[in-house]
Amino acid sequence: MKKRKNSILITRDEKLLRIISYLFVVVYVVICFYPFWNVFVNSIANKEESVRGVYFFPKAPTIKVYRDLLFDGSFLRSVGISFSRTVLSTVGCLVFSAMFAFLITQENLPYRKFIYRFAIITMYVSGGIIPWYLVMKAYGLYNTFFVYVVPNLLGVYYCILIKTYIESLPPSLIEAAKIDGAGFVTVFFKIVLPLSKPILATVALYQAVGQWNAYQDNYLLVQDQALQTVQMTLYNYIHNAESVAKAMQQAAMSGADITELAKNAANATTADTVRNATTVMSMLPIMMVYPFLQKYFAKGIMMGAVKG
Amino acid sequence: MNAQSISSKRRKRLTKEQWLLLAIAAGFMAYIFAFNYVPIAGWILSFFKYKPSYGLDFSNQVFVGLDNFAKLWRERDELIRVLKNTIILSSLSLLCSPLPMLLAIMFSEIKNKTFLRVAQTVTTFPNFISWIIIYGVCFTVFSNNGVWAKLSYFFTGKKQVMGFLSNPDTAYVFHTLLEQWKVLGWNSIIYCAAIAGIDASLYEAAQIDGANRIMQIWHITIPELMNTFLVLFLLSISSLLSSGFDHYFVFYNPMVADKLLVLDLWTYRLGISQGDYSFSIAAGIMRTMVSLVLLFSMNAISRKVRGNTIV
Repeated sequence: MKKRKNSILITRDEKLLRIISYLFVVVYVVICFYPFWNVFVNSIANKEESVRGVYFFPKAPTIKVYRDLLFDGSFLRSVGISFSRTVLSTVGCLVFSAMFAFLITQENLPYRKFIYRFAIITMYVSGGIIPWYLVMKAYGLYNTFFVYVVPNLLGVYYCILIKTYIESLPPSLIEAAKIDGAGFVTVFFKIVLPLSKPILATVALYQAVGQWNAYQDNYLLVQDQALQTVQMTLYNYIHNAESVAKAMQQAAMSGADITELAKNAANATTADTVRNATTVMSMLPIMMVYPFLQKYFAKGIMMGAVKG
Repeated sequence: MNAQSISSKRRKRLTKEQWLLLAIAAGFMAYIFAFNYVPIAGWILSFFKYKPSYGLDFSNQVFVGLDNFAKLWRERDELIRVLKNTIILSSLSLLCSPLPMLLAIMFSEIKNKTFLRVAQTVTTFPNFISWIIIYGVCFTVFSNNGVWAKLSYFFTGKKQVMGFLSNPDTAYVFHTLLEQWKVLGWNSIIYCAAIAGIDASLYEAAQIDGANRIMQIWHITIPELMNTFLVLFLLSISSLLSSGFDHYFVFYNPMVADKLLVLDLWTYRLGISQGDYSFSIAAGIMRTMVSLVLLFSMNAISRKVRGNTIV
């Protein structure tokens, strides 16, 4: 008898556990999603609506501010800068990190252990931001586009991930190529790179997101307006939203066809909508790829659990 | 055995292939040297009263020995204030370190695969958004006519006077919660993987013994996750002094300066905003040293408790 009573209690507990789990997850999903949605909604709302209250979708949405942003030379240019730095440093970092990782797996490389340690140490000891700043300046990277790419061409942590992956590949594949007389560089490009695609995809994603989000190099070392990245532009727009919005309104008004309609639409470009629209635009690339590539991101953290 | 093979190799002349490998390795080492070791060499500047106008012309730079380190002690009030912020903020996130494990357990209770995938995608997303974008989002959500102000007006009937971004009284808690909001979903993924890796026969055996789901979680899941938890916990203790520079750099403003000025941000401001490069480097060196000591101690603790090191 006692046992049966127990089992009823048990199912009640389990149900409670499941309900709490679902409830908590749903709440967390909402607080992860809604802020972004709110920013988006506020970017397409007009002035009266944005002060009205909490709502899910505006009654009279307008994408005017996005059009202004796309015609705003400095914003578009910063997108270009961010995009090129992301592509260049991702491709470069991928090739060089993979090559170094493959190099370290070569048993006939003299002083292999030393070379590996030489690289690993930099993960634990770094000069710090001020020495880094001074050194980059001394290298002549101040106010150049290269400062976005050249220092980011090798990730020691990525090397460890790729090295672990290469070591898990069947050695016979690489040995066979070597017997056929292929040298290090040929084996690397013809065999190792194609075989390492899964780990390279993961590393590429991390590097690309990191590069798109980077702003410190820009903030410290690039004053040139023509070389601003998206993140820095967003940072400035957040702080100067009022004046940016005014400039955009004026640009819209001074257009050739100043119709009544255009004037009204110009009013949609307020400090709030500019700030929100820029925020949305800056995370758009990540938002577009993330849902489809989430599993590659997750793979990286799992592989990161192995020690170097 | 390894040492032997190397020494026997070294006696032989290097082959052409080995020279090639060495040449490539030398290129990589030169790069690593230029971008990682040269900045460390920059620590020398902490012994000078470095003036950027003279650059590397050391005959004109004034050598002050350990004075910059002594200055850290002389101006310790400032240092203590900054350390207090750093340690409070780091400790608050340490307190939150079981949360990802709990979230992962909750995820494992969700049987609807589609919902689970959507939930994991949405909750891990904020981790990949830059702090500047988060700042933009917070600006909208927590401003005086933002969603938060409206919701709290609805529930409490009080108008928001001071938003979280400029309220020093709530700064510690607000920024801890904000940080957790950003990383929690992502940090739970590693526990989800660990849960997936638990031997299913353990649960079957427990079921036969009459253990319910909660007992299974308590007696199987949590003990199985303890190893992962311990590694991550010890790692976060070792980075006690490096509480999110990016985060506080972006959210720093005069109103909350007293609360958000953490060690890394302070070091940075000493150098870049106040131009006292040498003093800033001295502070940075001390921070690196303490961090290394912490890392080695955590490694030692890990060896003792888990029989395995963390790095």
